[in-house]
Amino acid sequence: MTESICRALRDGALEGEHAPALTIKDSIASPFGFHVFTHVLTQLSSQILAGKSQSRGLVLVALSRSPSFYVDLLKRRGFDVASSKKWIQILDCYTDPLGWKDRLVESGNIAHLYSEASSRASLCKNVKDMDKLFTSIIELGKGLVGQGKVRFCVAIDLVSEIFRHASISSVAGLLSNLRSNDQVSSIFWSSHSDLHEERVTAVLGYISSMVASVEPLNQSANGLRCNSENLSLLERNYWKGKFHARFKRRNGRVRVMSEEFHVEQSIINFTPLSSEDEMINRSLLPKVQFSLQLSEKEQIDRAKVVLPFEHQGNGKPIQIYDGRRSLADSKNEAAPVATGVLQTNENSSTGEIIYLRDSDDERPDSDEDPDDDLDI
Amino acid sequence: MNQRASNLLDEALGLVDDGSKAWPLSGRVVLVEDRVETSAAFVLHHLVKRALSPHSSNVVVFLALSQPFSHYDRVFRKLGCNLGAQSENNRFFFLDMLMSEFPDGDEGGLVALYGKIEKVVSSLLQENKKCITIVVDDLSLMEAAANGFSNYVLDFLHYCHTLTSAFGCTLVALNHEDIYLGMERPALILQLEYLADILMKAEPLATGLATDVHGQLTILNRGMWDGQGSSRNRICNFHFRVKENGVEYFSPGSRA
Repeated sequence: MTESICRALRDGALEGEHAPALTIKDSIASPFGFHVFTHVLTQLSSQILAGKSQSRGLVLVALSRSPSFYVDLLKRRGFDVASSKKWIQILDCYTDPLGWKDRLVESGNIAHLYSEASSRASLCKNVKDMDKLFTSIIELGKGLVGQGKVRFCVAIDLVSEIFRHASISSVAGLLSNLRSNDQVSSIFWSSHSDLHEERVTAVLGYISSMVASVEPLNQSANGLRCNSENLSLLERNYWKGKFHARFKRRNGRVRVMSEEFHVEQSIINFTPLSSEDEMINRSLLPKVQFSLQLSEKEQIDRAKVVLPFEHQGNGKPIQIYDGRRSLADSKNEAAPVATGVLQTNENSSTGEIIYLRDSDDERPDSDEDPDDDLDI
Repeated sequence: MNQRASNLLDEALGLVDDGSKAWPLSGRVVLVEDRVETSAAFVLHHLVKRALSPHSSNVVVFLALSQPFSHYDRVFRKLGCNLGAQSENNRFFFLDMLMSEFPDGDEGGLVALYGKIEKVVSSLLQENKKCITIVVDDLSLMEAAANGFSNYVLDFLHYCHTLTSAFGCTLVALNHEDIYLGMERPALILQLEYLADILMKAEPLATGLATDVHGQLTILNRGMWDGQGSSRNRICNFHFRVKENGVEYFSPGSRA
């Protein structure tokens, strides 16, 4: 499933269409959106490096972590950081997003501490200015791939931070401008859905073609409300969870997929929805004395039982006497015996039923109630 | 006894073997949440005391909004730590902000406050003192001083966070959980919980009051990103009892 997300981002935009966009959203009950973000980031980076993707470069807008964090992350995941300038550019909106440090330096408070820290990335000193942000992202991208038809990807690590400083409409404008820019191949961002009003989440959902949401395994445990009994259940939420992805096709079809993930060594791993979850759910059911479900062996055994009314023989057609005369009976009656008819059950190989009729007046068998002459 | 018992908190924070290793909280954000029934001030005191212990060379920058210096001085003297002497040694920087106000519509006051902290940090870095702990006591009062504009407080904390990532400072902040209970979207506390690497909650017992248990402490220690140490998120829960000159920590059920 994450493969199909990464594939869509890798394949990029069609001519005359908006670039595919991915929203990754999470909440405090399962705050692993950033893990998903780094997963997508590394997948896409390796595809860009291998030349398999439509885009030839990536612009990373760092709002929640420092650029050096991302450089370290890429280094740890085995990317060649020395050559990183050729394919990745980091726009540093983390170090001084509001220009405070600049103000302090200007007022002669302190010498600038950050010259070396920010050398790798270009600094954005006012994230409130969406137009400036837009032009600096596009400029960085063009610096990577040049003018013309070559495209690049845009990754924004936490849009929630921008929403804190700017209005919904201006941020939505920024995102859709980026999406419709003809040099942008694909774009993805993460957000904390519980920090915003619901309409913000809806707006992000409309702008994006894919929405990946991270949810806790059990919804009831919200936050750290706990006592020692549900501690283990709660702890599970802090390294495992559910992952839903919603894909919107061009024709309007919407597909939803679910997976499970677990986080280890700060790397997120995805697995198909496991039955372990069901097992836990089942174990939460009240214990009953009898089994409500059959095991496979029990089902096979049950299928083997031959019910008494079924034909127990040897492949001959099943003849269940239905009260009317059968073909065999009429043959027998062709040579009538004066005192009665001897009927044999030919179908039975083991036994027979001999039936002696009292008189010819008696009907062979009938539905009439034998007791209806009783005067009760 | 006290030494051994206090290990429950230290264990949960990864503070067990100091001296040999670097300060394990370096570069991390510690958020302490408490309630009106169970004050978690003792956790702040414990962390400050650990940072100022004679084995380490840590420096503490203390933003005091709730109490005057004399209060902290008395509390720490009981714990066996002389704040006056520590500040003379340049290991304890006390920023008295009891009277400070950051009027609305202007973030200048918080910028200036951040400037003060950055000045201290930069001068300490020049002296080659690497481990700096910034303590905020407490955030709700800072929000009140900013006239309820929690966005300014978040901006301020963001800038403090840049100090943790750039210079390995530790940021410790105390906040009250129950004052946000009625809110639909308590942005300040939620944002802090996202930011925190270690989240501690002091709550009363679920079963109600008890004479010899004062409350429970739940600690979520999120794994480090660099793959060192414990990588998986860990949750610990234990009970505590605050005494005159220290705090007892014990596992649930080990006391009557």
